[in-house]
Amino acid sequence: MFESLSTRLQGITERLRGKARISEADLDVALREIRLALLEADVNFRVVKHFVALIRERAVGADLLTGLNPGQQIVKIVHEELVEVLGGARHHLALDASPAVLMMVGLQGSGKTTSAAKLAVRLRKEGKRPLLVAADVYRPAAVDQLVQLGDQIGVEVHTRPVGTPALEVARSGLDVARQRGADVMILDTAGRLHVDEPMMDELVRIVGSVTPSETLLVVDAMTGQESVKVAEAFHARLPVTGLILTKMDGDARGGAALSIRAATGLPIAFLGTGERTDGLEVFHPDRLAQRILGMGDILSFVERVQESVDQAEAEAAATRMMENRFTLEDFRTQLNQIKKMGPIGQLLQMVPGAGEMAGAAQEAVDSGQMRRIEAIIDSMTPDERRRPDVIKASRRRRIAVGSGTSTADVNRLLKQFVEMQKMMKMFSGGKMPRMGGGLGALLGR
Amino acid sequence: MFWRRRDAPPEDAEIVERADPVPALTTMARPSREPRGMGLRARPSGFGARLRSILGAGEPATEATWDDVTEALIGADVGAPTTLELVDAARSQMEAAGGRTGEDARRALATVIRDRLAGVGSGGFELGTAPAVILFVGVNGTGKTTSIAKLAARLLAEGHTVALAAADTFRAAAVEQLRIWGEQLGVAVIAQRAGADPGAVAFDAVEAAISRGLDAVLVDTAGRLQNKQQLMDELAKIHRVIEKRLPGQPRHVLLVLDATTGQNGLLQAEGFSREVGVTGIVLTKLDGTAKGGVALAVAERLGVPILFAGIGEEIDALAPFDPEAFVEWLFA
Repeated sequence: MFESLSTRLQGITERLRGKARISEADLDVALREIRLALLEADVNFRVVKHFVALIRERAVGADLLTGLNPGQQIVKIVHEELVEVLGGARHHLALDASPAVLMMVGLQGSGKTTSAAKLAVRLRKEGKRPLLVAADVYRPAAVDQLVQLGDQIGVEVHTRPVGTPALEVARSGLDVARQRGADVMILDTAGRLHVDEPMMDELVRIVGSVTPSETLLVVDAMTGQESVKVAEAFHARLPVTGLILTKMDGDARGGAALSIRAATGLPIAFLGTGERTDGLEVFHPDRLAQRILGMGDILSFVERVQESVDQAEAEAAATRMMENRFTLEDFRTQLNQIKKMGPIGQLLQMVPGAGEMAGAAQEAVDSGQMRRIEAIIDSMTPDERRRPDVIKASRRRRIAVGSGTSTADVNRLLKQFVEMQKMMKMFSGGKMPRMGGGLGALLGR
Repeated sequence: MFWRRRDAPPEDAEIVERADPVPALTTMARPSREPRGMGLRARPSGFGARLRSILGAGEPATEATWDDVTEALIGADVGAPTTLELVDAARSQMEAAGGRTGEDARRALATVIRDRLAGVGSGGFELGTAPAVILFVGVNGTGKTTSIAKLAARLLAEGHTVALAAADTFRAAAVEQLRIWGEQLGVAVIAQRAGADPGAVAFDAVEAAISRGLDAVLVDTAGRLQNKQQLMDELAKIHRVIEKRLPGQPRHVLLVLDATTGQNGLLQAEGFSREVGVTGIVLTKLDGTAKGGVALAVAERLGVPILFAGIGEEIDALAPFDPEAFVEWLFA
């Protein structure tokens, strides 16, 4: 479903092979793919239109034709333009006022309360003394939530009795911040719809009363086409200074960031990743551009692997690989680890260049090939797993019967395992084989 | 590492009960506002005003008008692949019927969308054998807890006996949030302390529902992103615990989908369905300007109906899903 743009443009590359120049028609095909890729990533369709026009201009005008691979060249242009739109100067929080007021605003469920706590942790690390203020007086237990988070991270939370208007909570928070010598006050507010006039008025009054140095719009990375309308509405009523894009540890492509940036010019200040209170990252335009394009986020891949893999097991396997002692037993362990990481197709999509393989690998899992491989290995004796060369005809028959497969399946696995060992030999010899060759062949038949 | 803290030892189930609804003491009402969103458009009045202006009435439908329709659907988060299918199907249906005006195009498009919604079953919600277990699942912040309170209110109004189960033991104050709703509604909330094993809470909830002869128990779960395998495994375990204690349950596994969500909704649907077999969709936050068009593709992909629409903050703002109104809303 979510193919990477590079894969989509591989067709273009085929078409253009041997041609000296890229025609307008070829470009049209490429631009259509770019348009679809951006829409799939939830970039607003108006922004997509504008953006595609920009790419057309540059692709036609530029010296496109000298390179080796026109598809890749187009991807490069798109990537550069994306970085350009997303980037600009890094957003530094304005913290000069004492206390500096940071106000969190956004739709319901976007992650304001969690982000407020994360921001407090981050600022304290930078040597600040933050105070959290719980001004979401509407959602049941929202105040409790902030108080509990404050306890966890050891930051004081200012609350007022139930029934106190949000404006009053904010104003008294400012007094408390001054009394306690807090230099940053982080103000959590209730989630609200951008079209809810009375609730937007409430924010306007709070702004008038506590004059925030920063008003941070918290936006869910999964947001679809409405992101622009939402951001514009908040921006029109409030002095919004930056965005926090949350739930970036999910698999949403985050096109909303591009939409909002293009439509409002607001800088992206932070990315929220994960439910732990330290999950707030500085924004990198380059990484987000790659993610929007589905070009693979190699860092996320590494993180995911680290989360799922048993370090000791992995290191043991790596050592054995290097020493060329990798056996079917090790391979079996690896299959288990891969399974622990979740849907393999999704995982492989994070690896640049593995886009094509993702589909095949997922199919292999879905069609039960993975399970067949496991069954075959499980039907071997430990000795056979360690020394597959002892597996002759009669053992092959026994293994086939035991695993409910055919001798042809067993033969194929053994042959592919030998190939994999060869590849590892190259690997350990410092020669890098083409990514995924071995595993791809093993799974793709 | 993202897995959850489990340092708090599970305690015996503690059951909060209120014979009569008590006034909410720990929350306050939002200022009232003009009703908006899909709730307003719950009356079928032909087709959306937007589409009417795009297609005109007696004018012939041109290439440009179909482009505008395509844009409107994409803008409603229907997604490019589904949009192209819908437009193609509407065009051929219109041509087959010999139509050529904007009015004909409008009718064809409405029929195509309605047919596709009907293809995944009607929006009828039957509790089934008592006690029915209803498991609420979804990513963080879609409105699971609020939807539970709203559905409980609806079931109470229909004369059913219900309990709520606080199996979101992870998010700070999630248990308290559900307790407050329980107090407002005057229904039992089955809970353990924060950090407890959610499977154990689900088990207690089923036990309580059986021993008290309740019609239904609504189980809240922690929001989780579908690509976090450990958390999805935890959810699968909750499902297994319920099924083991009460075969055939949970009869309902409701995916709570935020209408503001874009194409990631499809991955959410696939992820949750793979683990716990989603049986229906609750589409929330339809009181804003987001159309929730991705629900169309989600319903088709899973082959399950959209059952309810969340249309406001109030406890009664959960409406049975109305395909007619939704089609109109997509183009409003």
